[in-house]
Amino acid sequence: MLPAAERMVSSVVAKVIVFCVALMPLIWLVTDVVLGRIGPDPGQEITERLGIAAFQLLLVTLLITPLKKMTGWPGWLRHRRMLGLFAFFYAVLHVFAFLQLILGWGDLWATFTRRPYIALGAVAFLLMIPLALTSTKAMMKRMGRRWKPVHRLIYLSAVFAWLHFLWQARSDVTEMVVYGLLLLALLFIRAYWFGVSSLVPLRKSRA
Amino acid sequence: MLIKRRPSWSLPESEVTPRSVYLNRRKFMTGAIASAAALAAPGLLRAGGSPTTTPLTFREAPEYSTDEKKTPFDAVAKYNNFYEFGTGKGDPAKYAHEMSVDPWSVEVDGECARPGRYALEDLLKPHDYEERIYRLRCVEAWSMVIPWVGVPLATVLSRLEPNSRAKYVYFETLHDPKQMRGQRSLFSTIDWPYREGLRMDEAMNELSFLAIGLYGETLPNQNGAPIRLVVPWKYGFKSIKSIVRIRFLEEQPKTTWELLAPSEYGFYANVNPEVDHPRWSQKRERRLPSGVLRPNWMETRMFNGYEEQVAHLYKGMDLAKFY
Ligand code: HEM
Repeated sequence: MLPAAERMVSSVVAKVIVFCVALMPLIWLVTDVVLGRIGPDPGQEITERLGIAAFQLLLVTLLITPLKKMTGWPGWLRHRRMLGLFAFFYAVLHVFAFLQLILGWGDLWATFTRRPYIALGAVAFLLMIPLALTSTKAMMKRMGRRWKPVHRLIYLSAVFAWLHFLWQARSDVTEMVVYGLLLLALLFIRAYWFGVSSLVPLRKSRA
Repeated sequence: MLIKRRPSWSLPESEVTPRSVYLNRRKFMTGAIASAAALAAPGLLRAGGSPTTTPLTFREAPEYSTDEKKTPFDAVAKYNNFYEFGTGKGDPAKYAHEMSVDPWSVEVDGECARPGRYALEDLLKPHDYEERIYRLRCVEAWSMVIPWVGVPLATVLSRLEPNSRAKYVYFETLHDPKQMRGQRSLFSTIDWPYREGLRMDEAMNELSFLAIGLYGETLPNQNGAPIRLVVPWKYGFKSIKSIVRIRFLEEQPKTTWELLAPSEYGFYANVNPEVDHPRWSQKRERRLPSGVLRPNWMETRMFNGYEEQVAHLYKGMDLAKFY
């Protein structure tokens, strides 16, 4: 095979693998529902699992750029869009599950205005929408240099999603602390690079 | 707990009242038999570490029972809030077998004539056992219908002869991080042991119940074995599990959830659809098992539907203030 064709095949294979892995939480969830292993309060369980999947994928998406920088291999970037869209996909399912399976579409207004943790989740979700809509190659081209700053909204979305998560804690915050430290590390590494790159004018002149 | 794991005969003198000496001697006997059995068949006592329940004999108490559809045993035993074993609903069923409930004793102290350390079998008389099918409404807006086996709390408390200064009764759950992994958690905000309390007239109300079993058998560990409180007109967290202390008090005790989040959980915690939890509504509840595609919502009733039996306890009280 020609090297170029080979590269394409391996990139397609990698994409299929990432796709399948990202789909696993949903497959597990559906399996548990079908096999009746979801417990006596399915709506709550389904909503929680989809929420945690959305948040995990958000973190994995945020891991791509650091991986690229640290390994020097640009191939990571090929998976960023799909991972981000999966995060959005799970967020959509999570919100829908909440509305249909927990709320049953009742008490909508009061739920979103009077429950701070729900409002925080809604902000996180709203911030994801423009990112999903502008994630295509065509949009990237059209937006040019504005694409990057717009997509930095993902940091904000992740922080809101984490606050949404934290606010639900009744007593034990171990899980929230662990996820919070991961998010903090991912954000800190960017702040650090930003600091370094703004301190080193050489880099800029090279660009 | 400082003394729980020591053999009872090594209790410091100061903690022993004449009655408890007598009780402890009995416990020594059961303890001796148990150790003999343990010697004879090592590992048998905690066979496989799996929770074992045994059938109970009891009479039915239809006058205290609802005829609503019971929540299946599987849901009752696998969907629990028992943070001593983790905060996930499935954690207690997974880890509660790490707690050993036999032998078990309850320390009784405070304003009463019969303080002391009671072996479980001395606190309860089998001829008192009855089955009551109660609704259980969790503060998280889900509910179950559970057939409990146990004795009226009033029966047990009366035997302990509370004096006239006893205005409140206070309970504690076992505190033993070695057996309760949730108590080992670094980021738990609960100040163990779990504490609960009732006003004396609430405790003596005919509905207040000490359960030792459900669905005709002794309690699974995750449901609060070997002895737990059931106060069906209050949110589930009032129904404290795995009780090791009963104390009669003149002053209102501080309770766990009240200490943790006083704006969210009060001492009374009566089921009340009119007073929302700050983070969610209490107007409705999901009766479990809930549907996969549609939640099984129903209206929440004042005092969880036990208004007739308990409303008089709160006459003249502002229940929005004393939530
Ligand atoms: C309109 C938007 C949203 C609503 C209404 C919403 C609602 C909820 C609800 C009701 C729960 C369960 C709370 C409970 O256990 O009682 C939950 C949990 C959660 N949500 Fe959301 N959510 C929203 C957006 C999001 C977004 C965008 C994310 C992440 C990207 C997210 C991540 C989570 C996580 C991590 C949990 C915790 C799951 C667990 O307990 O394991 N949510 N959300």
